[in-house]
Amino acid sequence: MKQIHLRFNLDRPDFSLAVNVHLPGSGVTALFGPSGSGKTSCLRAIAGLEPAVRGRLEVNGHVWQDDSAGIFLPTHQRAIGYVAQDAGLFTHLTVQGNLEYGMRRIPDYARRVSLQQAISLLGIAHLVARKPASLSGGERQRVAIARALAVSPSLLLMDEPLAALDVQRKEEVLPYLERLQQELAIPMVYVSHAPDEVARLADYMVLLELGSVLADGDTAELMTRLDLPLAHGDNAGVVISTIVEGHDPDYDLIALRFAGGQLRLPAASGVAGMSLRVRVQARDVSLALHSPQDSSILNSFAATVLEIAPDSPGQVMVALDCCGQRLLARITRKSCEQLAIAAGMQVHAQIKGVALLR
Amino acid sequence: MLTSNDLGAVLLTLKLAALTTAILLLLATPLAWWLARTRSAWKGAVSAVVALPIVLPPTVLGFYLLLAMGQNGLIGQFTDAIGIGLLPFSFAGIVIASVFYSMPFVVQPLQNAFEAIGEAPLEAAACLRASPIDRFFSVVLPMARPGYLSAMVMGFAHTMGEFGVVLMIGGNIPDKTRVISVQIYDHVEAIEYSNAHWLSAGMLGFSFVVLLILYSLNRTGRRA
Repeated sequence: MKQIHLRFNLDRPDFSLAVNVHLPGSGVTALFGPSGSGKTSCLRAIAGLEPAVRGRLEVNGHVWQDDSAGIFLPTHQRAIGYVAQDAGLFTHLTVQGNLEYGMRRIPDYARRVSLQQAISLLGIAHLVARKPASLSGGERQRVAIARALAVSPSLLLMDEPLAALDVQRKEEVLPYLERLQQELAIPMVYVSHAPDEVARLADYMVLLELGSVLADGDTAELMTRLDLPLAHGDNAGVVISTIVEGHDPDYDLIALRFAGGQLRLPAASGVAGMSLRVRVQARDVSLALHSPQDSSILNSFAATVLEIAPDSPGQVMVALDCCGQRLLARITRKSCEQLAIAAGMQVHAQIKGVALLR
Repeated sequence: MLTSNDLGAVLLTLKLAALTTAILLLLATPLAWWLARTRSAWKGAVSAVVALPIVLPPTVLGFYLLLAMGQNGLIGQFTDAIGIGLLPFSFAGIVIASVFYSMPFVVQPLQNAFEAIGEAPLEAAACLRASPIDRFFSVVLPMARPGYLSAMVMGFAHTMGEFGVVLMIGGNIPDKTRVISVQIYDHVEAIEYSNAHWLSAGMLGFSFVVLLILYSLNRTGRRA
């Protein structure tokens, strides 16, 4: 069965971990939480790097750890690829030497990803002769990811691979991570504390806090659950999967089809049929009781109010259903009371801003 | 100029230093690795024992080694039992004594080098399918190369200059235990200052060149 089951326990005076969760055996799963929530400990335990963590770990039918049966597979026998926060490249080898290090240590029949494929997927062909010390942070991280891919892992583990990078470098590496998922069907567990990264990459997420699981489920669902911290604050929002319907060259607008209708947003070009993900932030969604007639806002959709919860002082978060697509709208408490918005009501959601993800 | 006795002392010293360094690299590697990684309560005690020759007068070290290698000593009983006989006043005896005497100069650079590598590259190697022994040879050894170079040079140079321990254990037997420093002492005793000069200046030059090479290598190592 394609599933990852982990049950981890650790009791230390300063930190305890008690996690028992089933993850999908394919796609990207994010372990999300603040620092000290145990997400990195979990990831390291999956890699076998935390022998002090007790419990059981089964990855797509293979038992890697089961303390009750005395099973503990050492790290080098687990079919993983691991990318750490600080790349961890071997400074005594060239980029090529780094890439070949793991590949040379797996048998021929286990090679599903070729060195060429790993190099071209991460766009590092021009770097292979260089030494790690001469690379930028983003380049180093791309080499580390390619090195992990070159062992043809059956599970890819990433520990905040973008955390040490500035915004620009992050934007440089993110598209490669997205491509990985499209081109290689390697299940990935991704540790992060950045909601935007998780929203872009992860299909499934586990919300961790103080060493235990707060919630786990589809990313889109968890991001809009008002009882969870993710659906609150300035960065709250949803990611919508869409398909390009067409491009209007006169106005430089593209039309995107999603469950709730058609989104239009400025873009220089667009290929019909291409799938695109967009992010709509809660603070960019306003509500009206009637369909607005004279408005500069292009995107307006009929929606049903699902629930309302207090957000920051003076503001409330409203969860909406838009023909199956969940949306979040952050509005002032005053407007909420004046419009008498309540669960079950029909409203019109006006979207002021849409960010293209890919 | 150098007499044939002087030349014999030089060759003997080089042989002693080379053999001692080779033995030390083999012994010090696991010891330094253990010291660099252990969280054992014994770490302090073991480090102190290894470092003792730095502070002890060589005569004290030599005296106890002499007792240990003698008829009633542990090492002596062992070597006697396996048919080698007793080691004092033999080349093997001064090799063993030199190994103890130069131990800290080889262990400490290695320990520093191993500690500097840290956990991260080893974990990365483990995640890339390298077994513990594989990790040691493919990651630790190449990354600790500057440390090995320092250890070799220091171990060799320190053994070259040894005097007190050799005198206690080996005495003064030509081509067996009479090393350069003992030979210089003999020359000075006999007021043969010009012979003493040749050997002393040679040692001075050798030591300076060795340290010069070591420090310049360390500097370029850091820059790279």
